[in-house]
Amino acid sequence: MSIIEKTDFKEALTFWPRHNEALYRRLESKHAWLEDRHQGDGAPPDALDNEMVLNIGPQHPATHGVLRCAVELDGECIEKCVLDIGYLHRGVEKLAESKTYQEFMPYTDRMDYLSPYSNNVAWCLAVEKVAGIDVPERAQWIRMMMSELARISAHLLWMGVGLMDAGAVSVFLWSFQMREDLYSIFDHVTGARLTVSHSRIGGVVSDLDDTGMDMIRDFVERFPEVHAGWVKLLNRNRIWIDRNVDIGILSKEDAIELGMTGPNLRGSGIAHDIRRFEPYLKYDEVDFTIPIREEGDALARYFVRMEEMMESIKIIRQCLDKLETLKGPIRTDNAKRAYPSKNEVYYSMEGLIHDFMYTDTGVTPPKGGATYHAIEAPKGELGFYVQSDGTGKPFRVKMNTPSFTNLQGLEHMLEGGLMGDMVILIGTVDPVLGEADK
Amino acid sequence: MELAWYWTALIAFAIVNFLLVSASVLVYAERKVSGYMQNRPGPNRVGPFGFLQPFADVLKLVFKENIVPVLANPFVHSLAPMLMVVIAMGAGALIPFAHNVVIADMDVSVLVLLALTSISVYGVTLAGWSSNSKYSLLGGLRSSAQMISYELSMGLAVLSVVLIAGSLSLTEIVEDQAGGWGLLGWNVFRNPIGAILFIVTAFAETNRAPFDLPEAEQELVGGYHTEYSGMKFGMFFLAEYVNFFIASFIIVTLFFGGYMLPFEALILGAFPVLVDSAWLTVLQLGSVLVKAGFFAFVFIWVRWTLPRFKYTQLMTLGWKYLLPIALANMLLVALGVALFS
Repeated sequence: MSIIEKTDFKEALTFWPRHNEALYRRLESKHAWLEDRHQGDGAPPDALDNEMVLNIGPQHPATHGVLRCAVELDGECIEKCVLDIGYLHRGVEKLAESKTYQEFMPYTDRMDYLSPYSNNVAWCLAVEKVAGIDVPERAQWIRMMMSELARISAHLLWMGVGLMDAGAVSVFLWSFQMREDLYSIFDHVTGARLTVSHSRIGGVVSDLDDTGMDMIRDFVERFPEVHAGWVKLLNRNRIWIDRNVDIGILSKEDAIELGMTGPNLRGSGIAHDIRRFEPYLKYDEVDFTIPIREEGDALARYFVRMEEMMESIKIIRQCLDKLETLKGPIRTDNAKRAYPSKNEVYYSMEGLIHDFMYTDTGVTPPKGGATYHAIEAPKGELGFYVQSDGTGKPFRVKMNTPSFTNLQGLEHMLEGGLMGDMVILIGTVDPVLGEADK
Repeated sequence: MELAWYWTALIAFAIVNFLLVSASVLVYAERKVSGYMQNRPGPNRVGPFGFLQPFADVLKLVFKENIVPVLANPFVHSLAPMLMVVIAMGAGALIPFAHNVVIADMDVSVLVLLALTSISVYGVTLAGWSSNSKYSLLGGLRSSAQMISYELSMGLAVLSVVLIAGSLSLTEIVEDQAGGWGLLGWNVFRNPIGAILFIVTAFAETNRAPFDLPEAEQELVGGYHTEYSGMKFGMFFLAEYVNFFIASFIIVTLFFGGYMLPFEALILGAFPVLVDSAWLTVLQLGSVLVKAGFFAFVFIWVRWTLPRFKYTQLMTLGWKYLLPIALANMLLVALGVALFS
C-alpha cells in the first residue's frame, strides 16, 4: 500500500472547518458555569439581550501579526474572549533536529524578529552551556551591548505601534526614525539590518570597528534627549494616560499564575529580571536598575518599558567604556568548538579542514547532555532547552518564548474590557507572533 | 438685497466647485502637514511639490472596482455616501462668504445648519448598517452615540451665540460682531467658553481625530467605510474633508467675525473708497478664507498629535463635562445679555 492511500486526506482537508467550529464552541461554552441567563422561565428572549460574536484577526491591523481573537461582544464590552494562535507556525523546534547547532542559529532570527540579536545570543549561550565552551571576554561584552540595542529597538517598536493603535500615528514614525538609526548600526556591525545572525557558537562573527563604536556612541548620546521628548509628550497626555490607566489589571498573583514574564511581570510589581537574578554574559559587572511598577495595569507596563530603554542606554554606555580598553579575540581559539578565523581558513591547510569539519559536523556536545538556558529578551524570559545525543545535531530543542507565555494572560485581560481597550491591551502584552507560534 | 436667480445659481456653482477643489487642497495639506510633523517630506512625486497628488488619488479611486458585499443592502449602501456628500455640500449654502455673498440667506440658517449636521449622522449610520459587516455596524453605532451626545453641547454653544446676536441668521450673527473696538466684537472674546465648547464639539461632529471612533482604523479597521471601495469610498473621503472645512467656516462665522476683516471699522474709516465696493467683497472673501484655513490647519494639527479617545472617555467628556459647562455658559451669557443690553 502506498503512502498516499494510507493518508486520510479527508482528515487533512477538513482541518480548518473543524478547527473553526471547535473555537467558536469553546467561546460559547467559556464561563458557561457562571451564566444562568438561559435557565429562563419560558419568557421570550429580550431583543436587546443579544451578544455579537466578532472575529478579530488573523488579518487585522491591530493584532500585531496573525493573532486571532474570537470575542463575544455586548455592545462595546468584551464579555468573553478566546485566543487562537498558530497561524505562523513553522515548526522551528523540529527543524532544529535536522540542523547542526551552528546552522540552526539563523532560524532564531526569525522568531522574535524585533530583537533578532537577543535570540541569537540566547541560542548560542544555551549551546555553549551544554557543550562547555568558554567565550572570550570581548565577545561577551559585544553580545551584551548589541542585545541591549536590540532591546531598545524592540521597545521602540512597542511604543510606536502601541501609540499608533491608540490613534497617534506620528509617534510611530518618530520611533521608526530612531529604529532606522539602530538598523544602520546593526547593518554596519553585523552586515544585516534585520536578520543579523551575528553571534556564533563560541563568540561573534566579526569585531566592532571604530566606525561602529562611533555610531553606537552617537546613538547613545542622542537617544536620551529624544526619549525625554516622548516622555514629555506622553506622560502628560490626558487621553493617552486615561486610555491606559486601570485597564487589563494583573495582580501579582495573577501575573505569576498566568506565567507572565518580562516587563508584563515587572509591571505587576514582581522584580524578576534574569539579568539580575541569574546573570549571564557580563550583566553582573554592569550597574543598572530594574524598573518595576506595582499597579499592574497597562499604564504600569508602559512606564516599565519606557524606563527600561533608559536602563539599556546605561548598560550600553558601560559596555562602550569597557570595549575601549578590552581588546582580544572575539571567538574561542579552539577549532573543535568554534569557527577558525578567516585568516586561518584562507592561508593554512588545517584551518581549511577545521572550517569544513565545523560546517559539516559542528560542535558536538557530550552524549546525554541537556541544559536549559534563559536570557532576558526584550519581551521576557527566552529560554532554550537543548538535549544532545553526542552528534553534531541536537536531539531535542524546546523553546520557552516570552510572547507565548505572555499571550496566556491576554484572555484574562481582555474580558470585561472595551473594544477600544483591546488594541491597547494587545499592544501592552507586546506579542510577536513569529515567536509565539514558533 | 434679493439676488436674481441666475446670480444665485452662479454663486452656488462657484461654491460647490470651490468646496470640491478645497477638499483636494486639504488632502494635499493634510498629507504635507502630517509629513512635516513626522519628519518626512510628504507627497513630492506627482507634479511640482507633489501638488497633483490629490488628483492622482481621485483618479485611482475612480478607476477602482466598486465592490458591494453580497449580503449588503445595495440601495442603502449606495445612498449613504451620497447623503454624506450632499449634506456636507448643502451646509455650504448657508455660510456667508462675504457681505451678500451667500446662497441661502434665511432668517433661521442656524437652525438649518444644526439640522443638516444632525442628518449627516445618517450617512455614517446607514453606511455602517447597510454594509452588513460587524466592524461597520460598530462604527455606525459609535457614530450615532457620539453625535447624539455632542449635538447637545454643540446646540447649547450655538444658542449662546444666538442669544448675544438676538438672531438666528448667520449673516446677522456676523454683522453683530462688527461692534466693539477692532477684534473685540468677535464672539470669541464676548463668549470664550462657548467658542472652546463649539470647537471641541465641531471635532466630534466631523468625526475627526481625536474623536474618530466611528472609523477607528486600528480596532474597527475603518469602521463604517470598511466595506466601501472605489468612488463610494472616495465620496466618504470627500465628505470628511468638506465637512471639516465647512466646520472651520462655521467656527469662523460664529466666533471669529465671519467675513469681517480684522479692524474693519478702522480700515473702512481710513479708506472710504472701499465702502460697498467690489474690493471690499474680495477682501472679505480673503479674510474668511484665511481664518477658515487656519482652523482647517488646527483640525489637521490636532489629528496628527493626539491619540484617539476611548468610548467611555468620549461619553464622560460629552455628558459629564461639556454639557454642564455648556448649560452654565448659557446661563452666564443670558445674564450678561440681560444686564448689558
